[in-house]
Amino acid sequence: MHKKGIKVALFSVFLTIITVLSGCEPLLVLDPKGPQAERQASDILLSIGLMAIIVIVVFALLVYMLVKYRASKQKPDYEPPHIEGNLWVEVIMVGIPVLIVAFLSFVSVQSNYIVEAKPKGYEDTKPLVVYASSSNWKWHFSYPEEGIETVNYLYIPTNRALEFRLYSHGPITSFWIPQLGGQKYAMADMVTTLHLAADVPGEFMGRNANFSGKGFAENTFDVTAMSQDDFDDWVKEVKETAKPITEEKFEELLEPGHLGRQTYTGTHLEFSPPPTGHNHTEESTETHETESHTDSNTGHEGMSH
Amino acid sequence: MDFFDRFAVPHPSIAIYASMAAIGLTIIAVIAGLTYFKKWGYLWREWLTTVDHKRIGIMYLLSALLMLFRGGVDAIMMRAQLAVPDNTLLDAQHYNEIFTTHGIVMILFMAMPFIMFFMNFVVPLQIGARDVAFPRLNALSFWLFFMGAMLFNISFVVGGSPDAGWTSYFPLAGNEFSESVGTNYYMIAIQIAGIGTLMTGINFITTILKMRAPGMTLMKMPMFTWSALIANVIIVFAFPVLAVLLAMGTLDRQFGTHFFTMDNGGMDMLWANIFWVWGHPEVYILILPAFGIYSEIISTFARRNLYGYKSMVGSMVIISLLSFLVWAHHFFTMGQGALTNSIFSITTMAIAVPTGVKIFNWLLTLRKGKIVFTTPMLYSMHFIPLFTLGGVTGVMLAMSAADYQYHNTMFLVAHFHNVIIPGVVYAMLAGLHYYWPKMFGFMLNEKIGKRTVWLLSIGFILAFMPMYASGLDGQARRMYTYSEAAGFGLMNMISFVGAAIMAIGFVLIVYNIYFSTRYESRDISNDPWDARTLEWSTHTPVPEYNFAILPDVESNEALWDAKKNGHVLFKGDYEKIHMPNNSGIPFIMSCIFFVWGFSFIFSLWIPVIVTTLGIFGCMALRSFEQDHGRYISVKEIEETETNLRGA
Repeated sequence: MHKKGIKVALFSVFLTIITVLSGCEPLLVLDPKGPQAERQASDILLSIGLMAIIVIVVFALLVYMLVKYRASKQKPDYEPPHIEGNLWVEVIMVGIPVLIVAFLSFVSVQSNYIVEAKPKGYEDTKPLVVYASSSNWKWHFSYPEEGIETVNYLYIPTNRALEFRLYSHGPITSFWIPQLGGQKYAMADMVTTLHLAADVPGEFMGRNANFSGKGFAENTFDVTAMSQDDFDDWVKEVKETAKPITEEKFEELLEPGHLGRQTYTGTHLEFSPPPTGHNHTEESTETHETESHTDSNTGHEGMSH
Repeated sequence: MDFFDRFAVPHPSIAIYASMAAIGLTIIAVIAGLTYFKKWGYLWREWLTTVDHKRIGIMYLLSALLMLFRGGVDAIMMRAQLAVPDNTLLDAQHYNEIFTTHGIVMILFMAMPFIMFFMNFVVPLQIGARDVAFPRLNALSFWLFFMGAMLFNISFVVGGSPDAGWTSYFPLAGNEFSESVGTNYYMIAIQIAGIGTLMTGINFITTILKMRAPGMTLMKMPMFTWSALIANVIIVFAFPVLAVLLAMGTLDRQFGTHFFTMDNGGMDMLWANIFWVWGHPEVYILILPAFGIYSEIISTFARRNLYGYKSMVGSMVIISLLSFLVWAHHFFTMGQGALTNSIFSITTMAIAVPTGVKIFNWLLTLRKGKIVFTTPMLYSMHFIPLFTLGGVTGVMLAMSAADYQYHNTMFLVAHFHNVIIPGVVYAMLAGLHYYWPKMFGFMLNEKIGKRTVWLLSIGFILAFMPMYASGLDGQARRMYTYSEAAGFGLMNMISFVGAAIMAIGFVLIVYNIYFSTRYESRDISNDPWDARTLEWSTHTPVPEYNFAILPDVESNEALWDAKKNGHVLFKGDYEKIHMPNNSGIPFIMSCIFFVWGFSFIFSLWIPVIVTTLGIFGCMALRSFEQDHGRYISVKEIEETETNLRGA
């Protein structure tokens, strides 16, 4: 009957919509430029594939039942039987989903340990440590080893592990560069660590993904990945041209609002150290060397806890 | 003047002034209408003081429909704002308030009362009881919910709406970043409504455990009653968590404590954790009764018994346990490390198994059936494929490493609307059509009803499927605008068109109610759908005492047994029936609660003290009151029964 026709048409319509929408240009998340994002994209595609099978099975069963057992197809005196259930049917009903879920759980656990560790392929590189802290509605990037700091833009070297230390000077935010990898929260009372790496040079979109008030929509930053040499040149240039960041200047930067790109020498970590609370949750991911770095900064933070 | 300044809206706009005028005019019109038609007494005697579960149910229904449109207007404004890049229809502040209230209104003041409506109206009828265990408490539950909802809604025009999201994460919702009283409304209004919900939970657990008809063992309860029982157990475990959380939030905002603040040892992630310890079970409080409704409808219109009754019950019990073990999946990105994420990832995916069992049981219920496509059945048949889509995207989100990419994006928004709309809202609408004749004695128009289903589904697909794509393309949720360069324009425009189509669908439901009230036949039987459970065995309209003789039950389909297997439902003679008296105390106490809440929100401590005394006064009055209820005599029953049968 025509109702089934409508149903089939309906599903093909939205399948087309998805294909068209995603077909124009690769969706950011599915267009990875680093190993972490690649792992996540492959997990996403794998799960879409598996789930598509389940969806197709359910749709097919539903259409079959609706076509075969509709009242208009039965004799007027047909009395549907009383069926309680069947052990084997139930075993299959539970068993197959359990297998699928077990497989996905395995992949999921494996991925968890991959995205929470130094990016694959760059295990031997010395990670570039960047403290990314958010304030309403800006991002401050401190490069402690290079001794420079930027606002709302991030330069990174390619082919090297990146270790972002995230925290917030205000509401909870979430640091996200979709093409390099998934996001992580930046919070006021602890530092979280996000491991990323870029395989190729390029410009990427970065933003705060977690709602943080009025200026949230524009709380974005530009990411530029370049070769290590270009990165070194840039650091050198900054050191020669930029003004040092002072405590007064930094307080001014923290005022709520939006700012363009800014560049400073020195980092605010020297006079406004990151929070130290709840570090125990990060134990597996922090390297020894960087821990001692944080420790050296804990001096005046003690009083707030 | 300073005193009055606090009541001003911090960010007034034309929409707010228009709402003020509309609210004012509506109140005047209602008062004038009641006075002109001399209905004050009727309103007081029949509705405000009622303890009848059916009437309380209908009042829940009216509130839910009202709130559905409030939340729906919020939704359509959001979609309109995002339909084109760089839109200036709403500013950031206004948009933030709207998505916050949309979430709270839809979950707590629309979906919850809708569920409460079904539990109130259906459960006592379905178990063959004459009322709930504590009728007066039930009235108090409703009025507390209602006052909480009204209190929340006036925030729009008095003092300003909350604007920190329905999850209200601190420190954004704390004094440091939300200075207006908006979040106080959130804390107090939800607290008041939540007390009502908690009492409902206790009431219905008692009702279902203690008041079933003779012969109805637990495993002979209809599936909706089972789902209501489990949902209420979840309520009793989850809602105290919410009460404590809101109290802590209130203490932080109004009494200077530091649970969630940025300094002095406050932990912002503590709010998120406790919120979701309540918040995730809350999702199942909504979806389990919805599953129950689908079970009733699918079995009725497949003209078959529900397949796999035991596994249906078992899967609900397992879901209810797992619902408390998955809360951290709402913030895999909080940095709790790979081990914690792995545990919560697995528990979350595990929920897919019992949910899958339910889907397959419904499909197998259709097998060998004789399927009739009524409006409720059509909703159910749209539910299965659409909800499956939402379910499998839930499994995708449960993969914690991949969730780093989905979290906080439109992908997530698409997912939870994809489970809540086909899952909960369709069940509510299906149930509305299904139980309408039992409530009001006439059917809703089938033709309009079926068209509505199709409109809603087409609108739903257009509105939410593009969000999966735009989320994967980097569109974060809760952004009030985006630039043209971002490339989200087309997808958001399609979403807007879909939302508009859904809006037409919802308007059609109202039109259907109007049309059917005027034109549909009043000449329907007690059992117009040829259903299987006890609620259809009594008269339409249902007499005050529900059943003149308590039914005798042998299976989970007592009425079907009576119709097909010669089972005798009603044995014996009429006896006098003990019924509870009406009481004005629940309504009055809730009104005092309203004033208490309002004063509390604005830190007006003297009225708070006075009203607190008033609340305790009401409770004391109840404690010392001697009210043993009343009896309906056999003669009265006979008269009523003859009248109803004669009709």
